[in-house]
Amino acid sequence: MADSANAPKPSSSVKLVLLGEAAVGKSSLVLRFVNNDFQENKEPTIGAAFLTQKCNLPSRTIKFEIWDTAGQERFASLAPMYYRNAQAALVVYDLTKPTSLIKAKHWVAELQRQASPGIVIALVGNKLDLTNDSESGQGDAEGAEGEESGDARKVSTDEAKSYAEEENLLFFETSAKTGHNVSEVFTAIANAIPETSLKSTRGPGVSNAVGRGGDEQRVNLNGPREAAKEGCAC
Amino acid sequence: MGNEDAGSSEPSDGGEERPPPLPPRPSQTRANGRPQLQSKATTALSSMNIQTQSFPDGSRGSFSTPAETTTAASEGQSSTEAEQSLSSMGLSAAGNARPNDVDEAMSVMSYAPTTRPTGDLESLLVGDMGRKSPAWMLLRSQSSTVQPFEKARAESSGAFADFEHEFEDIPDEPGKPWNDEDRLQLWKSKLKHYMILSSAGKPIYSRHGDLGLINSSMGVVQTIISFYEGAKNRLLGFTAGDTRFVIATEGPLYLVAISSLGESDSQLRAQLDALYMQILSTLTLPTLTSIFANRPSSDLRRPLQGTESLLSSLADSFTKGSPSALLGALECLKLRKSQRHSINNAFLKARAENILYGLIVAGGKLVSVIRPRRHSLHPSDLQLIFNMLFESGGIKSGGGENWIPLCLPAFNNRGYLYMYVSFLDRQPTETGSDPTAAGEEIALILVSPDKESFFALQQMRDDVVTELKKKGLLNIIRTAAHKGRSPINEIAPGTYISHFLFKSKANVQFCMPSLQPAFASLVSRRRLMSLYANLHATVHARHSHLKILHCVNEDTTSLAWVTPIFEFYCVAGPNASRAVMTQGANKVIQWAKREEERLFILGGGVF
Ligand SMILES: Nc1nc2c(ncn2[C@@H]2O[C@H](COP(=O)(O)OP(=O)(O)O)[C@@H](O)[C@H]2O)c(=O)[nH]1
Ligand SMILES: [Mg+2]
Repeated sequence: MADSANAPKPSSSVKLVLLGEAAVGKSSLVLRFVNNDFQENKEPTIGAAFLTQKCNLPSRTIKFEIWDTAGQERFASLAPMYYRNAQAALVVYDLTKPTSLIKAKHWVAELQRQASPGIVIALVGNKLDLTNDSESGQGDAEGAEGEESGDARKVSTDEAKSYAEEENLLFFETSAKTGHNVSEVFTAIANAIPETSLKSTRGPGVSNAVGRGGDEQRVNLNGPREAAKEGCAC
Repeated sequence: MGNEDAGSSEPSDGGEERPPPLPPRPSQTRANGRPQLQSKATTALSSMNIQTQSFPDGSRGSFSTPAETTTAASEGQSSTEAEQSLSSMGLSAAGNARPNDVDEAMSVMSYAPTTRPTGDLESLLVGDMGRKSPAWMLLRSQSSTVQPFEKARAESSGAFADFEHEFEDIPDEPGKPWNDEDRLQLWKSKLKHYMILSSAGKPIYSRHGDLGLINSSMGVVQTIISFYEGAKNRLLGFTAGDTRFVIATEGPLYLVAISSLGESDSQLRAQLDALYMQILSTLTLPTLTSIFANRPSSDLRRPLQGTESLLSSLADSFTKGSPSALLGALECLKLRKSQRHSINNAFLKARAENILYGLIVAGGKLVSVIRPRRHSLHPSDLQLIFNMLFESGGIKSGGGENWIPLCLPAFNNRGYLYMYVSFLDRQPTETGSDPTAAGEEIALILVSPDKESFFALQQMRDDVVTELKKKGLLNIIRTAAHKGRSPINEIAPGTYISHFLFKSKANVQFCMPSLQPAFASLVSRRRLMSLYANLHATVHARHSHLKILHCVNEDTTSLAWVTPIFEFYCVAGPNASRAVMTQGANKVIQWAKREEERLFILGGGVF
C-alpha cells in the first residue's frame, strides 16, 4: 500500500449507501471500487454488506464507509436504517433495463424526502459495456460487428442525464465489468461532500471510534458541487 | 436483557406475539433420552433376533434385535455404566469414573457384534461367500485391504455414472447450439431434482432448468398431487422406474424431491424440510401465510428474491451427500480442551450487551459458541447459517462485513433476528479468492434481536479478534482449520476401516475422518454417503429396534451401531471380516471417547 505523504493529510469518513433494484450491479461497483475485481456470475447480496475504502484527494483523505444493500423488496423497510445517516448515496440502475430506472427514481425521491438534507446523490447507469457506446470499443464505434453484438441499451443517456440535472444529482454511466468510470463516481462524490459536513478524524486509527455517528446536526449549505477532476488513488 | 423478546421483531403484519416454544435445551434432551436406556442397549451375549434385510440394490444385510426377554445379569453392569455416562453428559463416560483403560475397552466390547450367539449366524452374515473354496478364502483374507467401491470405481458404471455431470448448468438461453429438446433432455438426465410450487400450482423454485423450460413438467407434478388432494390420504410419494418422488405439503406450498440416488423417503423428507426452513428463514411464517391468504395465486418468487441461490446450495449439499444433514448434527473443529476454553472466555469477555448468540466457525466447523443459559442453538438453524456462509457465495465473496436480517425458524419462526458476519483474517489477495483457503475461512457470527446493533457488534468483533490475537488463539484456530480432519489411520492405526461417522447424541455433534484420498471425488463421496444413508435408514426405520447392523455386499462391508449415547457407521472393503470390522469400530469408539472434549463442544460459553 502506498504510504501517504509525510505530513498526514486531514482524513474524514463519509458514509455512503448504495440503492437500486436487485441485479443492477451495486455490489459489482463496490467490488470494483474496493478490490478492483469483477465476478461474472455474482451471487445476490444477502441482507446488506458493509465495506470501507480510502480515497485520496489532493487536499485530504476520504474514508468511505459503504453500505451495499440487497435491494430486495422484502427488506425495503430496512433501507432507512442504511441511508439515515448517510452523507452520500449511489442510486444505481441498469442501462439495459428501463424498469430499473423507474425504481432508481423512487429511491431518489425517498432519499430527498427522508435522508439527511445535505446528502449527495449520484445517479449511476451501470453495464455500459453492454452498449455500443462503451469506451472499450473506442475505435470501431461503427465497427462491422456492431450489428452482431447488438446494442442492449434501453435507457438513453439524455433521458437519464436530464432527469439527474432536474433533481440536482451527479450523473455517470459506468461499467463495473470494465471498470469504466467507477472510481470517477466515488471521486466525484468525495469532492461533492460539503466541507462543513466532513468531520475530521485526523489520522488513522481513531476513525473507528465514532461508532454510531451522525447524531450531530449536519449543516447543509451547498448542494452538490461540480466534481473536480481529481484522481482517486484507491 | 429480555430474552423473552428475542427475535420478536415481527414482520409487517403484526399478529399475536406469542413467543414460540424454545428449542429443547441439552439438559432436556438428555432427560428425554434416559427412558430409552433400557437393557436393550446391550444386546450382547443374549439371544438375538437376526433378520436379513434386502436393500434396493439387491445386497443383503443382517441385523439383530434384542429379544424382549434379555435382561441377563451380564448386561446389568453395562447399562448402569451407560446411565452414569449420560448423567455426566458425554458419550465417553462409560467408565468415566474408572481410570482403567482396559476395563473401559472391555465394557465397550460387550456391545460389539463380535459375540456370536449361534453358529449359523456367520453364514447369514457373509452370505454366499461362506461357500467359497478354501483357496478363495485365503485369497480373500489376503485382500482385505481392498478399498470400498473399488470395483465400481474401475467400471465407472452403475447408478452414479452420470453423477459427475449432476451439477453442470443447463444452458439457460435457448440459443445457438441448444434447442429446447436438448435442454429438456439434459434436465431429465439429472439424478436429483427439487421443485417447489404453490398449492395453486405456481412454480416457485426448481434446482435444475429455468421454470419456463420445465413448466409443463411442473404442471404434471401439480396435477398428480392435486388429484389426491381431496382424498383422505394425501399423496406422500410414488415411484416411477428407479426414481422416487416424495412430496411434502407445508401450508400453502408443495415441495417435491425426485431422486434416483436411492435415498429413503424420510431422508428426502428431511431435505425438503430444510428447504422449507430456508423459505421460512427468508420470509417468516406469518408473512408466508399472509401472502397466500390474501391471494392464493401469488407468485412467491418476488418475495423470495435472492433466496434461490441459498436453496440451490442447500439442495446441492444434500445431493452431494452431507453427513451433517444425514445425522442432524454439527461438526466441530478439533481443538484442545484448554484452547477451546480460552477461546470461549475471550469470546465471552468481549460480549456486547444485546447479543443472543455468538459463533466462531472455521470452514463450516464450529469452533466456539456463546449463548444465554436459557437458549441453545438448534442444528437446523445452524445448518441454514452454515449454508449461507460457507456453501453459497453471496457472503463469502462479498469481501466486507454483512448485516443480515433472517429468521431462525427453529428458534422462532415468527420474527427476524439480525446476524452480523465477518470473515476474520482474510488474506488481502489481489487475485481474488485463494483456492487453498477454501474450507478454512474463519467466520465470526453474532446474532442479535436488535436491528440497530450493527456497530455495537462490529466493536465486539474487533475486541474478540484483538483478544484472540493477543493470546495466539487465532493462530491456533487457523492451524487446526488448515490441518483439517485426521486421516483414518491416524485415528485407528492399522485398521481396515476406510471411513466412519460418529455422532455423539447428547451433543448433537458428529466427527469423521478425512475424505482424502479415497472419497475425495464427487462420485466416490456420493457412493460413500449413499451407503451411510442406507445404513442410517435401516437402523432408523420405524419400529426397528435394531442396534447393530452388519452389511456385506459386492463392493463394501459396513457396520452401523446405535446406542443411547452414540451412532456409529463405518465402511471397509468388500473382504473385511466381521472381526476386522468390530475391531476397527472399537478402536474408533475408544478414540472418540478419549478425545471427546477435543472433538465436541460440551455446552459452550454460557452467559
Ligand atoms: N456486463 C455487465 N454485467 C454486470 C456489470 N455489473 C454487474 N454485472 C452483472 O450483473 C449481475 C448482478 O450484479 P450485482 O453486482 O450482484 O448486482 P446488485 O444486485 O445490484 O448488487 C452479476 O451477474 C454481475 O456479474 C457490468 O458493468 N456489466
Ligand atoms: Mg448486491
